[in-house]
Amino acid sequence: MVVVREDESALVAALRRGDERAFMQLVDAYAPSMRRVALTFVRTPAVADEVVQETWLGVLGGIQRFEGRASLKTWIFRILTNVAKTRALREARSTPFSSFASEAEGDEPAVEPERFLNPDHPGGWTSFPEPWAELEAREMRGVVEQAIERLPPAQRLVISLRDVEGFSADEVCNVLELSETNQRVLLHRARSKVRAALEEYMAS
Amino acid sequence: MTEELTCRELVELVTDYLEGALPPGDAARFERHLAICPGCTTYVEQIRETVRQTGRLREDDLEPAARDALLAQFRNWKDLAP
Repeated sequence: MVVVREDESALVAALRRGDERAFMQLVDAYAPSMRRVALTFVRTPAVADEVVQETWLGVLGGIQRFEGRASLKTWIFRILTNVAKTRALREARSTPFSSFASEAEGDEPAVEPERFLNPDHPGGWTSFPEPWAELEAREMRGVVEQAIERLPPAQRLVISLRDVEGFSADEVCNVLELSETNQRVLLHRARSKVRAALEEYMAS
Repeated sequence: MTEELTCRELVELVTDYLEGALPPGDAARFERHLAICPGCTTYVEQIRETVRQTGRLREDDLEPAARDALLAQFRNWKDLAP
């Protein structure tokens, strides 16, 4: 279910009035995504549920002051990422969420340079990648899930929001306060790694 | 004369290309390379397949218990609101 921008001011007004149906409409639209996104920050589903609940409290608490400059969706998910980040730090995970942008720095080839040592064509594939066989959906899903879990935090978050949850590039930049370029670099690195994981699985 | 892309360069541009972020000249070079390179064509298809598979990770039903908990939370908030 998609909550459209034009419906938003009506929805916000209804929420302010304490309209239960409006609230549950929002919940149905976003809570599953929120739970998945929370899980990219915290360890257990139970804690993720707490993060989601705390987020909704923040939404209800802030709805009177919500000015509609950002969309309701990006506002909700920004609250979520802040709540989740705080919670993750409190749970003392080994990787602190200091700066998402820093993960976009430096050099990280999408494919190892050794794959491009074709003697006849400089920079060309040494040998072409093998086209993939048909795999059972559940198998592929497992490989993809695992690969995403192993990504560094900002890459995991960007690919989750973009490719799992279907957020637009703009929305992700808004929620995570990233530049367009950084968002794209993070997405590029994430997708490259997931592809590599699938390739490795196919070859085994 | 513009230099044509190498495979090594192309794989770094895939995301920009799929996002529509490549300037027209670079997008043209990208496509020209694909037209003559089965390896890179396979690679780009693999990235597309990766995105498709990643999109399948959603299960969109909120568990009834979780939904009820949020509804209860809302009613609580409503009762406490001034």
